[in-house]
Amino acid sequence: MNSYSFTLAGAALTLLPSGALLWSAEAMLVVSDLHLGKSERFARRTGTLLPPYETRETLARLDADIQATAPRTVLCLGDSFDDAEAAAALAEEDLSWLTRLMAGRSWLWIEGNHDPGPLALGGSHLAQHRAGPLTFRHIAEPGAEAEISGHYHPKARLAARGESLTRPCLLHDAARAILPAYGAYTGGLSCADPVLLSLMREDARAVLLGAPPRAVPLISLSGRPRASTSSR
Amino acid sequence: MPALPPSLDTWFAARGWSLHPHQREMLDRAADPALLLIAPTGGGKTLAGFLPTLAELAPGTHKGLHTLYISPLKALAADIRRNLTRPVEETGLPIRIEDRTGDTSYTKRRRQRADPPHILLTTPESLALLLTYEDAPRIFAGLSRVIVDEIHALAESKRGDQLMLSLARLSRLAPGLRRVGLSATVEDPAAIARFLARHPEPCAVLQADPGPDPDIAMLQTLAPPPWAGGGGRYAIPEVLAQVKAHRTTLIFHNTRAQAEIFFRELWLANTENLPIGIHHGSLAREQRERVEQAMVEGKLRAVVCTGSLDLGIDWGDVDLVIQVGAPKNVKRLVQRIGRANHRYNAPSKALLVPANRFEIVECTAALEAVRAHDLDGDPRGPGPRDVLCQHILATAAAGPFDAGTLYAEVTSAGAYSALTRAEFYACLDFAATGGYALKAYDRYQRLVLKSGLWQLRDPRTAAQIRLNLGTIIDSETLGVRLRGRGAPLGEVEEYFASTLTPGDTFLMGGEVVRYEGLREMTVEVSRAPGRTPKVAVFSGSKFSTSTQLSHRILDLFRQPDWPELPAHTAHWLALQREVSRLPERDRLLIETFPHDGRAHLCLYGFAGRAAQQTLGLLLTKRMEDEGLHPLGFVATDYATLIWGLDEVTDPAPLLDPAALREGLDTWLAGNAVMKRTFRASAIIAGLIDRNTPGRRKTGRQATFSSDILYDTLRKYDPGHLLLDITREEALRGLVSFGRIEEMLSRIASQNDGGIDHARLDRVTPLAAPLLLEHGRVPVEGAARERLVAEAAESLLAAAGLAEADLQPSAPMG
Repeated sequence: MNSYSFTLAGAALTLLPSGALLWSAEAMLVVSDLHLGKSERFARRTGTLLPPYETRETLARLDADIQATAPRTVLCLGDSFDDAEAAAALAEEDLSWLTRLMAGRSWLWIEGNHDPGPLALGGSHLAQHRAGPLTFRHIAEPGAEAEISGHYHPKARLAARGESLTRPCLLHDAARAILPAYGAYTGGLSCADPVLLSLMREDARAVLLGAPPRAVPLISLSGRPRASTSSR
Repeated sequence: MPALPPSLDTWFAARGWSLHPHQREMLDRAADPALLLIAPTGGGKTLAGFLPTLAELAPGTHKGLHTLYISPLKALAADIRRNLTRPVEETGLPIRIEDRTGDTSYTKRRRQRADPPHILLTTPESLALLLTYEDAPRIFAGLSRVIVDEIHALAESKRGDQLMLSLARLSRLAPGLRRVGLSATVEDPAAIARFLARHPEPCAVLQADPGPDPDIAMLQTLAPPPWAGGGGRYAIPEVLAQVKAHRTTLIFHNTRAQAEIFFRELWLANTENLPIGIHHGSLAREQRERVEQAMVEGKLRAVVCTGSLDLGIDWGDVDLVIQVGAPKNVKRLVQRIGRANHRYNAPSKALLVPANRFEIVECTAALEAVRAHDLDGDPRGPGPRDVLCQHILATAAAGPFDAGTLYAEVTSAGAYSALTRAEFYACLDFAATGGYALKAYDRYQRLVLKSGLWQLRDPRTAAQIRLNLGTIIDSETLGVRLRGRGAPLGEVEEYFASTLTPGDTFLMGGEVVRYEGLREMTVEVSRAPGRTPKVAVFSGSKFSTSTQLSHRILDLFRQPDWPELPAHTAHWLALQREVSRLPERDRLLIETFPHDGRAHLCLYGFAGRAAQQTLGLLLTKRMEDEGLHPLGFVATDYATLIWGLDEVTDPAPLLDPAALREGLDTWLAGNAVMKRTFRASAIIAGLIDRNTPGRRKTGRQATFSSDILYDTLRKYDPGHLLLDITREEALRGLVSFGRIEEMLSRIASQNDGGIDHARLDRVTPLAAPLLLEHGRVPVEGAARERLVAEAAESLLAAAGLAEADLQPSAPMG
């Protein structure tokens, strides 16, 4: 099966190859950091005219995941739009595509740092959300338990046979999970970054996206010399 | 003819100098609108270029800028300023000379714009930048002459195309501007002349006396060269003996990695501690400057170097050039040989060191070509459109412009003379709107049309355009520093750095260093003397053997015997003729044989490394589609060797040009080579910003990879201009499909189809070295997934875990 399963606070969760997280028991699909309208914001703010196709690429991914998992609830974990103006400037056809995806299911927008405040779209707008044992918020809080968040766009790099492979990844330990960015044009923060290492516990795993996703111990990616080599 | 000022005549006479005939002729023809001087190194080329300027400025009546001198190297501009300032000051001529490069201070650059000197020495990039300022018309109004030094080097790269677009602008700002080009020996002077002249005006070519032929030979060694590989390590004792026998020796290598390895081996054998240095483009500027200074002072007996010493300044008293590895290109060899003995009319001395058995044949062919004055070179094709896109943006930064006027100006540059109006407007549309099929940016167009003139929508973007100016795209590199002391050692490619784990060792500036970690985008290392470096240095690009040199090698194969070759090499070729056959010029030899339990196919295309590599990619893909189970391939300049599970019994259908071209359009389009080409063109054309050092400090990367943009464009906007440009660039660059097509059409003109298929029961003498070559490319549909799995497993194993421990999750913490 092309997915990766783990439990958090007793909830059985599945990471899909796309980076979406499925909570089967609740029929809930969680995606983070869609950054819809990123190219529009870039053009507006910097004058750089990126290929304006990332919104339809991201919606196509989301459409496919929704088709495959038929969730009752879709939860977007913040930074769904690159900013409030980008949401307002969404092309007519992208807007109607999004509306079509939202129809017939509960849709939760968690606020992110890029898109605070209510949006002129349907669905519920929340600062954070609790469901069963789990808390969903955009930015992880130190010391929190049973928390699912996004924001950091974690990515991991592996070196093998002289090749270097970089993939977005999910981080999880007994207390929390941090989701990779789902949007098409999203950079990433190395999961060896001190910010992420300080949030995660020693035994945390990084799960690299792909079909299937692959788990490795986060500590092995941290860049700290391992005992076997540091003594030389 | 403008007379040389008497004071200068006296100054020359006092030094016992008299003008060379070509220097006098430059004075005679000072009024020519364009003039190309071809002269060997040491022929007083630069002075020849400046004599008319000195003559015209001597009366002291000219106000403002008179002559612009452009050099490809910053260091050269500074060096020329010193050399020119001396006679001018000592004779009291009223001439102000200044240089302007990226190293010039902000205050000085501002002052130069307000009050330009008579002679300004600069680089193509600094000139392009100067032209983006609104006051450019005032600065250049009185400009009379422009001198382009080392034009043969500039003509080979996009820097030259950018420069010629700048000259087209200058000719409009300063009507009557005269152009002078200074060039080393080239194969096609007329092509350089067309490149220099304002199209369609003529440009005369002035040939200086080329001087005596070089004294060039193959280095005789005790040990024969190895069967495969590069580096020339077997020749260390003989190279060291040559260094001892000469004053200063330059030892050229084709790649930085080979230079590093050779340098280390040379020092291990250098028991007398002869002062020997190393110089290449990845070393820190401080390191390079120290070596250059030591050379000028005559303190070094030898320098191991790469193309970084191909151009420019007289580095002291070089009396021998050694080329390690086949030169790949006769013209570059001749120019390198010219680095020895900078005294006019004395022969340069050079030695070739073939790195392996096949390179003996290649070096022999190259020696014959040098003796026959038969230089090579491939015509460059039309001016690249990514450079034009950048030029359009730069034009807008200087102020509003009329599209028709700009088109006329651009087509006055030789390389762009065939540019159609439609092609021009497509580039203008890209610069203005992004050029997408989906019109998304009406509100945010970069350029807008107001009362007939194109201009920046937001004038503040001019700063961004200036920051991104230039056509040199370095692979992304990271600085290398010693941990603790912080002394910079040089740089490595970011990709190479990303494959390192702490404890890995590599060579940097001749030292073995140990990778400690990455800190604020700098590779931190410690010295690890005595350790064997286990990781190769840089993945630097390799040159391909030129078409002309390949043809000479094939001609050599036709001889009945080879008395000019060493006995072991002649025997090797004779044996090949006996068991199989030797490749021929207008035919294609394909050998198939079993070896090591696998079926092998060796195709001798002699199309150069890049093309043979592309052929390997395309053929293995076709073989996979045909169910022939290829496992991998390796390519050299002359052949591609493919191995797999099944024997290819009929190779001809695999080489159908239409099918290969289709593979290029579909499958190869997703290849990493294309993505690398796209990135370079996207940066030059202004789609994505250059990574300037300051912007990369933050750990949080707001950047997205150009690979994603490329994939997105291919999916949603396949007709986009930048994809078209990428294809064009790749076909003549990294992919070299042009040479594959040239080879296929040559053999197709034979009556019998031109393919010689030799089925053999064992590996042939000519194919054997290929089995030892590095750079094998595995063919696996899901190769990258497999690598992820392998790497993940080894990390788990290192952590004492197994996959079962992770799926499904056990309670943790």
